[in-house]
Amino acid sequence: MSDIRYTDQHEWVRVDGDIATIGITDYAQEQLGDVVFVELPEIGKELAAGDEAAVVESVKAASEVYSPVSGEVVDVNGEIETTPAGVNEDAMGDGWFVKLRLSDPAELDKLMDEAAYNEFVESLQ
Amino acid sequence: MSEPAAGPLKTTPLHALHVELGAKMVPFAGYDMPVQYPSGVLAEHLHTREAAGLFDVSHMGQAWLEGPDHGAVAAALEALVPGDIRDLEPGAIRYTLLLNEKGGILDDLMVTRTKKDGVLFLVVNAACKDADFAHIEKHLPDGIRLRRIDDRALIALQGPKAADVFARFAPEAAEQAFMTGMEMNVAGFPCIVSRSGYTGEDGYEVSAAEKDAVALTKKLLGEAEVKPIGLGARDSLRLEAGLCLYGHDIDETTTPVEGALTWTISKRRREEGNFPGAKIILEQIANGAPRKRVGLLPEGKAPAREGTEITDASGRKIGIVTSGGYGPSVGGPIAMGYVEAGFAKVDTGVELMVRGKGRPAKVAAMPFVTKRFHKPGK
Repeated sequence: MSDIRYTDQHEWVRVDGDIATIGITDYAQEQLGDVVFVELPEIGKELAAGDEAAVVESVKAASEVYSPVSGEVVDVNGEIETTPAGVNEDAMGDGWFVKLRLSDPAELDKLMDEAAYNEFVESLQ
Repeated sequence: MSEPAAGPLKTTPLHALHVELGAKMVPFAGYDMPVQYPSGVLAEHLHTREAAGLFDVSHMGQAWLEGPDHGAVAAALEALVPGDIRDLEPGAIRYTLLLNEKGGILDDLMVTRTKKDGVLFLVVNAACKDADFAHIEKHLPDGIRLRRIDDRALIALQGPKAADVFARFAPEAAEQAFMTGMEMNVAGFPCIVSRSGYTGEDGYEVSAAEKDAVALTKKLLGEAEVKPIGLGARDSLRLEAGLCLYGHDIDETTTPVEGALTWTISKRRREEGNFPGAKIILEQIANGAPRKRVGLLPEGKAPAREGTEITDASGRKIGIVTSGGYGPSVGGPIAMGYVEAGFAKVDTGVELMVRGKGRPAKVAAMPFVTKRFHKPGK
């Protein structure tokens, strides 16, 4: 039912037509702690799967957000630039980072579905 | 700084309490320590600045330095540090530095002249304590003895409400001046209470017997204003206060002059010039050091972490960030680091190379927040 896919780096990607919305998982935001800074890519930038799409920093440390899929950046979430805490509040929803126009939808098949991701997270604890 | 030996982590007397309080535990200086509690670093930081935070710093090293009288024991310690120990009043605390022969800093420490003649109370950094105590012992003259204290906890209560809270358990502490230490009962437990800290706030550091530590901590945590605070917020609080973290902002390769700690060397000590590395340090005091520790305020929002290169406008490397991150009370990124002497003036524009991109920053006065230490009679 869910069309959300996950990476083992704790990013998620939700697809609507040829637009992929990318964010970090709830597990990731919890591990990071209070997010205080987000750096987003420029609109128009081409990202390959595995490229650094954004940077997220908590009080403790900086982490990269990698793009789970390839495509062109068509939108970024300015809200989390001004209010980084939004990532902690709703990582799977309003705390999204980047929207891409998918260039290779087949890449989605390589990612985990929700059940597989939950199992993966379980294995980390 | 000596790296702690690999092996099982040590624990403080409050370890089980941290776990019970839901702390996230991490290895630090060979100890399993709380980095944060469920409320998180940001909330813990802000709570300390608004009310009172309780910190377990039992991993730090405590010791007595004892001799026949104050003159003898002060002279023995002054041979190793540039601070004025001789002229400390009974009950007064001095922040000073253990130096090597090149004037490099082996550790920073707190020295209290206790009210017992010939007895100093030392508190040193956790990661350095074994090396520090070995170094001190090796250099002591006959008749002076270092006695490690391994059976006492150290608990800090910091913040604008710390004094109100503490007075409920130790009325004597209310009128204690900042940077003084004395023995007193706290909630009925015999303690050494220092009015000092590492947050830029008023507060106390309390040395208590291991067996009393949990009960005392629970009493303090039972007060509405007090919350437990982990190492994460301890680090952001001290950075905002402009205080050095040993092994990062100062180490064996930095002198007190480079580290902007010249103020710790009194006039008499400079005139006598009889501390380790005095020749190098006095020359730097007279003619300036090649580099200096400064505060840095990034102009954008991106934090610059430890290890970030500092460059001039042309991209030439002029220094390095030694501590950096987000200052919750400042509401933005803050850092400190070393720059070439010519760039050390407040308001000098520099660039911080964060993720391959030069980002504008300014040399800034520290502390980044106003210090609120207790002055007697206030």
